[in-house]
Amino acid sequence: MGENDIINDFLVESYENLDRLDRDLVGLEKNPNDREALAGIFRTIHTIKGTCGFLGFNKLEKVAHVGENLLSRLRDGQLALSPAITTALLGMVDAVREMLKKIETTGQDGENDYPELRETLTRLQQGQGESPSGQRPVAAPDPPASSVADAAKASVEVPPPSPKPSAKASAPQKPATAEHEARGEGMGGRAVSDSTVRVNVALLERVMNLVGELVLARNQVLQFANRVKDTGFVAATQRLNLITTELQEGIMKTRMQPIGNIWDQFPRTVRDVALGCKKEVGIEMEGKDTELDKTIIEAIKDPLTHLVRNSVDHGIELPADRIAAGKPRAGRLVLRAFHEGGQVNIEIIDDGGGLNVERIRKKAVERGVVSGEQAARMSEREIFNLIFLPGFSTAEKVTNVSGRGVGMDVVKTNVEKIGGTVDMQSVAGQGTTVRVKIPLTLAIIPALVVTCSEERYAIPQVSLLELVRLEADKVASGIELVHGAPVYRLRGRLLPLVYLNRELHLAQGGNEGSHKSESTAKPAREDAVNIVVLQADERQFGLVVDQINDTEEIVVKPLRKQLKTLKTFAGSSIMGDGKVALILDVLGLAQRANVVTEARDRSLAEKTEETAEAGEKQTFLLFAGPGDSRMAIPLAILARLEEFPVAQVEMSGSQWVAQYRGQILPLIRLNTVLEERRKRLKDVTALPHTEAGPIQVLVLNHERQMFGLVVERIIDIVDDRAEVRSPATRPCVLYSVVIGERVTELLDIPAILLAAGGAVSSMPAASRVAEMGR
Amino acid sequence: MARSQFCSFYLDKLLFGVELHGVQEVMRSLDMTQVPLAPDVVSGLINLRGQIVTAVDLRRRLELGPAPPGTRPMNVVVRSGDGAMSLVVDQIGDVVEVDEDTFEAPPETLRGLVRSMILGVHKLDKQLLHVLDVEKACEMTDRADANHTAAN
Repeated sequence: MGENDIINDFLVESYENLDRLDRDLVGLEKNPNDREALAGIFRTIHTIKGTCGFLGFNKLEKVAHVGENLLSRLRDGQLALSPAITTALLGMVDAVREMLKKIETTGQDGENDYPELRETLTRLQQGQGESPSGQRPVAAPDPPASSVADAAKASVEVPPPSPKPSAKASAPQKPATAEHEARGEGMGGRAVSDSTVRVNVALLERVMNLVGELVLARNQVLQFANRVKDTGFVAATQRLNLITTELQEGIMKTRMQPIGNIWDQFPRTVRDVALGCKKEVGIEMEGKDTELDKTIIEAIKDPLTHLVRNSVDHGIELPADRIAAGKPRAGRLVLRAFHEGGQVNIEIIDDGGGLNVERIRKKAVERGVVSGEQAARMSEREIFNLIFLPGFSTAEKVTNVSGRGVGMDVVKTNVEKIGGTVDMQSVAGQGTTVRVKIPLTLAIIPALVVTCSEERYAIPQVSLLELVRLEADKVASGIELVHGAPVYRLRGRLLPLVYLNRELHLAQGGNEGSHKSESTAKPAREDAVNIVVLQADERQFGLVVDQINDTEEIVVKPLRKQLKTLKTFAGSSIMGDGKVALILDVLGLAQRANVVTEARDRSLAEKTEETAEAGEKQTFLLFAGPGDSRMAIPLAILARLEEFPVAQVEMSGSQWVAQYRGQILPLIRLNTVLEERRKRLKDVTALPHTEAGPIQVLVLNHERQMFGLVVERIIDIVDDRAEVRSPATRPCVLYSVVIGERVTELLDIPAILLAAGGAVSSMPAASRVAEMGR
Repeated sequence: MARSQFCSFYLDKLLFGVELHGVQEVMRSLDMTQVPLAPDVVSGLINLRGQIVTAVDLRRRLELGPAPPGTRPMNVVVRSGDGAMSLVVDQIGDVVEVDEDTFEAPPETLRGLVRSMILGVHKLDKQLLHVLDVEKACEMTDRADANHTAAN
C-alpha cells in the first residue's frame, strides 16, 4: 500500500467520522451526560490526531490536539459542556474538515493553523475546570493496569492546570471502558469491513449505464423472440429476461442510500441557524431509513438544506413571539420521509407563524409578478406557490441565511430537474409544510407504452391508475359532455377526458381519419376508445389514446436543453425496435389540459357560504327547480349527476330514498322544502307516478353527507362572478343572483338539509338498511 | 496560408458548409420521432446508436420553405455545446478546402434571423459557400417560441 493509498483511506475515514461528530456534538448538547457519545467524539479526534502525526500533517495535528485536550477534560467530567464549548468544538470540526479538503486537493494541510480557534479551545479548557469534578465521589475501585495506562496515555498531553488528584481518580472507570470500546469497535469494524466493499462511484455509474443498455438490448431481443418459433431460443430469451430484471434490481439497490445520510447534518444546520437568529428549535426526524437513489440523494441535498434553513429562519418565530402566541418556547421542525406510490415524499414541517397570504400577495403585485387583479383572484395555494418564483422573498430583513430572494426558485428548479414537485401548505399561526415529492430513481422506470397518431409515447407507471376500454358500441353512450367537456363515468364518478392527439396537436390517427369534427368536442368515432386513467397532483383524468401497447422498463434519456421547456414531456427513450419514443410528463400534460387547476382543487368540504360570498369567479351548476324556476348551486359541492328511473325510488318513512352504490341515498325534493304552503301538497309522501320519466338527481356532498337533490332538469355549468345580488325571497335560498344574464336563485344547502328534517342527516346507515328490509 | 476544410451540403440549391472537425458523421435519413408542440424547426428525434439526437430542419431554420417533393434528406450530425445535433439538409456535397482569403463577411443587405446564422461566405470558383454558425443554427427557438421561452 503506497502512501497515497494510506492518505486516501485516512481521508475517507475521517470524513465519515466528522459527519458523525456534527451529529454527536449537537446530540450531546441536548444530553450533556451522554458519556458514550463524548467518548466516541474523543476517540474520533484522537484517531485523527494520531494518524496525522504519523502522516506528518502538523497543523492538522495541532488543531486536533487542542480539541482533544478540551474533550478529554469533558470526558473526565472536569468540565461541563456549555454552548460556548459546543460552538468551539464544532468550529474545530469545521477546521479539521477544511484541512482535510486541502490535503485532498494539494496533499498538504495548508498554511492556516487556526491560532484563534486553538486559543479559544485552550481558554475553554482552562476555564471553570474544577467545580463539577470536585464534587464527584472518589468511588472507583482500582482499575486494571492496562486501562490506567490507556487513560494516562489519552490524557498525557493535558497540561493539568490544577488537577485535583481525586478528580483524576474519580473518572477512570469511564475512560477505561471508552478505550476498551475503542479497541472493541476496531475489531468489530474489521468484521464489518469484511462484508462490505468500497466501490468507486464512477465504476458504479458505468455499470449502471451498461445495465441500462442491457435492458434495451433485452427488450429488442424479446420483441424479436415474439416472431420466432424456435422454442429453444424463446426459452433462452425468457431466462435472459429474468436475469436482466434481477441484475437491474440488484444494481439499483447498490445505488440506494438512506436519506438519513443527508439528514444527519441537519441538526447541526438547524442549531447554527437557530443560534444565529436567536431562536430555539428542536428537530425531529421520521423515516431516516427511507432509501433513495444516490443521484437523487445528491440532487436534493442542497434544496433540502435550503428548505430547512428557511423554515428555521422564516418559519419559526422568536421565543418571545411564540410564548405570546401561546406556543411552547422552542419551535419544532419535523422532517419526514416515506414511500408512496413509487415516489418518495419528504415533508419539512414547522410549527411557526405560517405564510402571510396578504404579504405575499402584496409583494407579488409590487414586484410585478402578477397584476393586482390576478392577485386578487388567486387562491391561497396559488399564492403560496408564488414564493417559488425567481427573485421573490417576503423576508422583511435580509439575514445571512435567507431573504436575499434567491433560493426558493432554485429549490423548485432543482427538484423539478429530477422529476420531483414541491408544494407548500401553510396555516397562519400554526406553521408551514413543504412537501417534496421525488421519484425513487431516474435511470430506469416502468412505463406504459401507448400509441397515438402512429407515434408511441411512454407513460410512467407511477401516474397510472387503471386502463378502461370502451367498446365501439359503448362509446356514444359512455362518453358524455359537461358543456362540451367530455367526461366518462368511472364507477359513478365523472372522469374528465383528455384526448392526447388534441393536446399534442397531432393529426388524427389513420384509423379514424374520416372524422374531423374538431368543433364538437365529443368524438363521433365508431372505434373502441382506450382510456388511460392517470393521477396528476391529486386529480384524476382519463387520457384517450389510439392504442395501448404494453408495459416496458424504459431507460430515461433526458431531452435536449431547449426541448425541456416542453412541459408535456419528461424525456425520451429508445424502444425495442430502436425508434425513439417520448415520455409523457403526466403533470405537465394535466396542466396543459387544465385538469389541474385551482378552481377544481377546492375541496368538497368547503362551506357553501364561503364560496358563495367570495367575489371571485365561481363555477355554478344551473338547473331548473320546481315550477321551472332557475336555480344554481356551486359546482364544488356537486359529486355527480344521476338519473334514476322512477321504479328505483323507494320510501323510507316519509323520505324518498334510492339505492345507490351500495348505500341508501336520501332524496330531497325541492318542492317539499321550498314551498311556503307545504300543507297544500297532498302527495308529499307519495312515490312519484310510475308513468313519469326518470328523475334527475344532483348527488351532493355536504360535510361528508351524501344526499340527492331532485330537480326538474339540469341546464348548464357556468363560470360567473355572481356579483349582482338581491336578498332571498323565500327560505332555503341564499340570495338571488344574476348568472348568465338571468336571475337565478342560489340554494342554501345547509338550510335545505335542515328543512328536509333530521331523517337525512342523523339516521345511521345501519338503521336505514334495516328499515329497507321490512 | 491558412486553409480550412468544410463539409458542404445543399439547401434549396444554395451551398452551405460547416467546419469539418465539428462534423461527427453524415447519414441517410433515419426513423424520426416527431416532437409534438416543439418549435417547428425541430424535425424530431433520432436514435444514433443508443444516443438520442435532436434533428433540426435547416430549411425551416433558414426560412427557405419546404423541400421539393422527392427530396431524400440527409442528416449531418454535428457536435454542439449541448451534445450531438443533426442538421437535416437536402443533399450532401463534397469536402471543400478553402483559403482564408476567399472569405468575406455577409453583405449588410442580408438581414433578419438568417444573418445571425451565417458567418460569411467563401468565394469558390463557381459558387458561394455559405459558412454556417453551428451553435446558432442549433438554437431551437423560432420566433413564436422565443416569446414562449421568454415568458417562462
